[in-house]
Amino acid sequence: MAGTFAESGADLELVGITKRFPGFTAIEELTLTIPAGSFFALLGPSGCGKTTTLRLVAGLEEATAGRILIGGTDVTTTKSFQRPVNTVFQSYALFPHMSVLENVAFGLRRRKIADATARAHEALRLVELDHLAQRRPQQLSGGQQQRVALARAVVNRPALLLLDEPLGALDLKLRRQMQIELKAIQQDVGLTFLHVTHDQEEAMTMADTVAVMNKGQIEQMGAPEELYELPKTAFVANFLGQSNLFTGPVVSSTATSIVVDVAGRKIEIPTDRAQRHAGDVTVGVRPEKLMLHTSAPEKQPDINVVGPGRVTDVSFSGVSTQYQVAIPGLGSLVVFAQNMVFGPVVSLGAEVWLTWNTDHGFGLADDPADAPRFAADTDTHALALQKREKLEAELEEA
Amino acid sequence: MAFGAFAGTATAPVEPAVRRRSKVALFLLLPGILYLALFFLAPLLSLVITSFQAPVEFGDIGQYQTAFKWENYTTVLTTYAPHIVRSFGFAATATVAALLFSFPLAYFIGVKLRRFPLLQALALTLVIAPFFISFLLRTLAWKQLLSDEGWIVSALHGLQLLPPGAHVTGTAFSVIFGLTYNFIPFMTLPIYTSLERLDLRYVEAGGDLYASPASTFFRVTVPLAAPGIISGALLTFIPAAGDYINASRDFLGSTDTAMIGNVIEANFLVLQNYPAAAALSLILMVAILIPVSVYVVRSGTDDLL
Repeated sequence: MAGTFAESGADLELVGITKRFPGFTAIEELTLTIPAGSFFALLGPSGCGKTTTLRLVAGLEEATAGRILIGGTDVTTTKSFQRPVNTVFQSYALFPHMSVLENVAFGLRRRKIADATARAHEALRLVELDHLAQRRPQQLSGGQQQRVALARAVVNRPALLLLDEPLGALDLKLRRQMQIELKAIQQDVGLTFLHVTHDQEEAMTMADTVAVMNKGQIEQMGAPEELYELPKTAFVANFLGQSNLFTGPVVSSTATSIVVDVAGRKIEIPTDRAQRHAGDVTVGVRPEKLMLHTSAPEKQPDINVVGPGRVTDVSFSGVSTQYQVAIPGLGSLVVFAQNMVFGPVVSLGAEVWLTWNTDHGFGLADDPADAPRFAADTDTHALALQKREKLEAELEEA
Repeated sequence: MAFGAFAGTATAPVEPAVRRRSKVALFLLLPGILYLALFFLAPLLSLVITSFQAPVEFGDIGQYQTAFKWENYTTVLTTYAPHIVRSFGFAATATVAALLFSFPLAYFIGVKLRRFPLLQALALTLVIAPFFISFLLRTLAWKQLLSDEGWIVSALHGLQLLPPGAHVTGTAFSVIFGLTYNFIPFMTLPIYTSLERLDLRYVEAGGDLYASPASTFFRVTVPLAAPGIISGALLTFIPAAGDYINASRDFLGSTDTAMIGNVIEANFLVLQNYPAAAALSLILMVAILIPVSVYVVRSGTDDLL
């Protein structure tokens, strides 16, 4: 494949990939297919194995087991320089002893591609840095270096472009800007992008498909809206945005909806949005789907009502206000209310009711017995518990 | 594309030129300046004056008077041309040999042993360990080892690798060997400092950009280690060109392998031809300064050490 430009992106297949490092397993039996020409994001917290996955695809690590196929060709045993893949590194890794232009032309020269310099200039024009071609990388700002790193990878027209948290070092404004630009470049050149990030907003803005990774495995994969609107596990529900989760037994179940009893309150969700339909079930709803009422709302079909509760915290963030509402038996719920011209404005300590359309609820696949480990990870107790469990697991392995 | 919006914002920061001629700074520099004047400039001046001296008429051997006898230079240049050429040839060969030996060693210590700091420290100590024994003693030891009666030469004779009657000591080989051996630590340590800081992510990036391991080595690793290679080469080449121990008959050399250092020594101490010795010293100094300054200017001084 080396020596030619990829006409279009190639699809990437990971089959039963396992990667063990001395002392721990980074990736366990990972199977994944990324279709050609898509912008795919691997999203997860640090240590979930997403960067290891990327390094395996780039050929910088060797898989303990499993196969890697790029465009149908098995590349598992090939070295990184033989793979039709380029990486935009988190640290950019721009060669400090070369000019920007030489950096960009490096890959082309190694593959003996004609008019490397002209093509490098073209790639620099794409990222609007051609006027700095003769500078050294260390003379550029972080954002400029990031674009040079991108140009250095894109200029090779790899079948697959890997992005290892390339926007991590940029400030928020520049990061948002680059997200849009990256997406535009991907659509322009039609390559397959595999983007690794821990920033859920970044993954959702840029990617066609997002895979949420946790503990070396993929928790859930799908389009950003799908993942957000219908998370299947508590991890996804909490990692991708925030969720209000409740656990209780299913008390009635029909073809269209199931009703869960949570501390005496009936919460209804559509059957097709629930992963489990019997026994104890964890259901949830997104904070922005909740409506605040200052008086008890009337019972209506297809509307879940909980309350009364008390507002324990109000924080204003410009376009919306975040409320914490404590409801006896349910715990503390998060509510995002748009700061619009109408709607109630409630203050700290107010008595409120919350309603939401039953269609917005979702039921999780997790065994509720495991739920505590996901409960509000900002809680000191939960953190301590997680840490202890992790330590115990490590001790058992050793 | 809105990239242009950010393009102009990051011009390289220009450090404001601080050019205050502080009296304190001058005062603090005084000891250094005095030291240089007393121990470098004065002897150098004396050497230049000596190099133009002429023998006292009807005087004894070793009696000279101040003159402007520039012929001293042409005389030594013609008389000792082979020694000058040999000096630079030997020094250059030894520098290359030391580089070939030191680079893999420094790479191993600086890169491969990174994960084992204790082993790394031990390996570094071993590189420096020869300094604990006098340079003269070590060279004498090699003379013994490489002598005709030594086991190395007998083994080489036994294996027919060395023709009958051939020696090892007193040859160009043994002199270059001695120079290489003695200067290896000077080559290894600067290269080690460069390689120890080598960011392996650049090497990974090289592989990612289709460069084979060999290509990555020559285009990424070596250029990034260049400051170390340059200082190592200078630290080896300069003293090796003026060395007179290894090439001396008392050590690893013979009259056929005499280098400028040996000639200067002989002229000063044996022949008492001070002007010739001084002229040779200055020629050696200039001859080293020219290629070295070209080398330093071309490779950029700011990267050194």
